Amino acid sequence: MPALRDFRRRIKSVKSTQKICKAMKAVATAKMARAQATVIAARPYGRQLHEVLGRVASAAAGADVQNPLLAVREPKKVCYVVVTADRGLCGGFNSNLLRTAVRELNKWDEFKLVAVGRKCRNFFRFREWERDAEFIGLGEDIRFEQGQEIARFVINKYIAGEYDAVYMVYSKFVNILVQQPTVVKLLPVEPPAGETAAKAEGGEEAAAPKKSRVDYIFEPSAADVLDCLLPRYVENSVYRGLIESKASEQSARMMAMDAATKNAGEMIDRLTLQMNRLRQEGITKELLDIVGGAAALE
Amino acid sequence: MADSTQKVSIVTPERVIYGDEARFVHVRGTDGDLGFLPGHAPLISSLRPGLLRIQKEGQWSTFVVAGGFVEVRDSRVVVLANSAERPEEIDLARAEKAKERAGKRLAAKDPEIDVVRAKAALARATARIEAAGQIRR
Repeated sequence: MPALRDFRRRIKSVKSTQKICKAMKAVATAKMARAQATVIAARPYGRQLHEVLGRVASAAAGADVQNPLLAVREPKKVCYVVVTADRGLCGGFNSNLLRTAVRELNKWDEFKLVAVGRKCRNFFRFREWERDAEFIGLGEDIRFEQGQEIARFVINKYIAGEYDAVYMVYSKFVNILVQQPTVVKLLPVEPPAGETAAKAEGGEEAAAPKKSRVDYIFEPSAADVLDCLLPRYVENSVYRGLIESKASEQSARMMAMDAATKNAGEMIDRLTLQMNRLRQEGITKELLDIVGGAAALE
Repeated sequence: MADSTQKVSIVTPERVIYGDEARFVHVRGTDGDLGFLPGHAPLISSLRPGLLRIQKEGQWSTFVVAGGFVEVRDSRVVVLANSAERPEEIDLARAEKAKERAGKRLAAKDPEIDVVRAKAALARATARIEAAGQIRR
């Protein structure tokens, strides 16, 4: 039978845990708002880039232009870029993503890994899966250069023929409540075919009505523009993955901490009830003793 | 025709830095400067780092663009910049340091160094200094 003092101690401890959870929730909410704004700010660029690539690619396809980033090879050496958070305490965020990643990896006999985020690095290290590269501690505000660095790494490997295909697994930010682990193909680049261009980009507004093919002037030439455009496109895809992952992480953490705060509150209520009962019991017992003692004296 | 305008926007991965109706746009294309008036033929070009100028109602606004692309069609100019800044946002001291560093790297002729990137960095820094100089004059 726990004593009253034990209850008091327990309640105090749960209370301080609750305070921590509450603070973490507030922090996550603020960070999420910022991360979400970044995601939204990046959308116009992504949409435009997608459209331009679609146009250049369709013009280039007519002119029979070759580019190493478009070369489709039989996928023997497949690389996966897996993006998780650096830190935990965000509910099922990391484990959901890693589960999706592992399911995806099981499709191949052989695969290469690029780990982004401490959680996934540790996960792979624990399983002793070799990682070609690790990108850790990207911080709270993702900069475009960070996406660029990762993209350049896989692009170089792809051109060198060390990878035949590159996929990225990241958590898509659908809304605050829903984060969806998503797999996208980074390389070879599959240029958007005209009509589907805007749809695939996931933008909220539909594609600008597609005019019948306009003949563009290319400066210096379609092939040269494509040379600049393709790496840029991959870099932007990686950047988008990173910022969406960050927004997802913060919203997952916010939800998790909200739930934890509520649970702590319930626990405090229950413990307080138990404690009061115990105290009342003690008082009743003492009263009975006194009454019994008084009765015996008469 | 003299006062007809076109839609101009400068978009970077981080933000939309400019979006307005304007008269004339002047950009630095990879193979030379390009200027667009309303009704220009459809065009897609890559850009080298440098200044971008927009004329609206006789007023010029200047931006620094660190490479990217421009698409023109239906009297709309969309600049997809790798990064873009207003001249007043430029940190002149930082740009000068970057220029020096890039210059040294190119001069060192070290095989380890990515020449393309160093050259791009040099061009970016030069463009920034030029723009900052213009606004301060």
